[in-house]
Amino acid sequence: HLAASLPLPSERDHLRPRIDLVVFMIDIKSKYSLKNVETSLAHVDASFFLGKVCFLVTGVGRVNACSIETNAICKLGKAYCSPVLFCELELEGIRVATAQRLLRMLQICAGHIPGVSALSFVSLMRNSDDD
Amino acid sequence: LFPPPGQESVDPQKTAFLLRKAWTLYSVTPLYRFRRARLRDYARLLSAFIAAEKQKGLAVEVGVELDIKVALSSLAELRGSELDQAALLVQLSSRSRASSRNSEDKLVWSGWFCSVFGDDLSENLPEDFTSLPLFLSHGAESYTALVGSWFQKTFDCCFRRLAISPQNLSWMVAMWAGCKLDRAASAVELVFSVPRLAQPLDISYAIHPEDAKALWDTVQKTPGEITQEEVDVFMDCLYAHFHRHFKIHLSAAKLVKVSTAVASAHCDGIVKILHSQYLPGVLMLLTELAISQIQ
Repeated sequence: HLAASLPLPSERDHLRPRIDLVVFMIDIKSKYSLKNVETSLAHVDASFFLGKVCFLVTGVGRVNACSIETNAICKLGKAYCSPVLFCELELEGIRVATAQRLLRMLQICAGHIPGVSALSFVSLMRNSDDD
Repeated sequence: LFPPPGQESVDPQKTAFLLRKAWTLYSVTPLYRFRRARLRDYARLLSAFIAAEKQKGLAVEVGVELDIKVALSSLAELRGSELDQAALLVQLSSRSRASSRNSEDKLVWSGWFCSVFGDDLSENLPEDFTSLPLFLSHGAESYTALVGSWFQKTFDCCFRRLAISPQNLSWMVAMWAGCKLDRAASAVELVFSVPRLAQPLDISYAIHPEDAKALWDTVQKTPGEITQEEVDVFMDCLYAHFHRHFKIHLSAAKLVKVSTAVASAHCDGIVKILHSQYLPGVLMLLTELAISQIQ
């Protein structure tokens, strides 16, 4: 399901299937997309941040069109304990690889992979310095 | 990130030729075995190279036969600190063979290499390398290509067009809008290009220079220092103001050009410096961009 921002319209709540993973897409060429994501984050229930949220940054191939500082995005990822993936949608190879990664993450979040749960993402996020 | 206070101002006479011209920017990797003492030799060699290329049919001017004269000179004043190399100026002038011997040479192309506080690159260089990471050219692209290829062949260096990202343009407009100017300044202008439309659309946002400076003064906490957060707040205020009036999110568009009374810059790597007082500051920022493109 694709949405331009959160919250999702409440009229369709009863028809919506369970949400297993929320991917926030940030276009590195658009500051507006970062602002939009930041406002939408407030509408996500805290339980999602146990491995069911990730940030996908697109457009990283074009360094010269960058409008957002990557530091700011990494800080966001850290603040919300969620992984940040970088990709370039214009390159087919990377597009396909990213889609496969997201699919894998979704399978884990939906509980389809025995022995691995969404909580594993959270422990992988921990900095080695923290130990 | 600002030139230190008490920076000797560069002699305005010597640098007047730099102002109010649109310079195309390049980053240049360090020059190998460049000798400052051999400038006259280099000028001769470059002149011969250009003549030879013209013989080959790479004519740069159609019609009138032109002799191209090359002059190389050092500009000791154009540098940030003693650690920087003095700037190197290359000028191509022409004298038409048809006109009288007394006719003056006409400057047809100029380009200059410089380094202003470029220590990041120069400090770890092996001997025999000269660091002049920023190159600015003004004149026909064909001459730029000729001069560039001679330098690349002779000093084993590499030229690359220097593009300026919207993020860096934001830094520039914040820095320059905040500069104190004694004369009446021109408007601060930001030009945005709107992506993904059938017809390309450009939005020009002009702000009264005093308003822009007043805004920057409320945002900047420490004079002489600028942080990314301050630049973000400054830009967000401008975006919010525009949105309030026009319901358009400029933050979703691409910032392509910024223009202030100090200087203007375009994302394709073209700058115009308008004020000699801030020349070192502008060059320092451009040197930094050139170095980060090289590294």
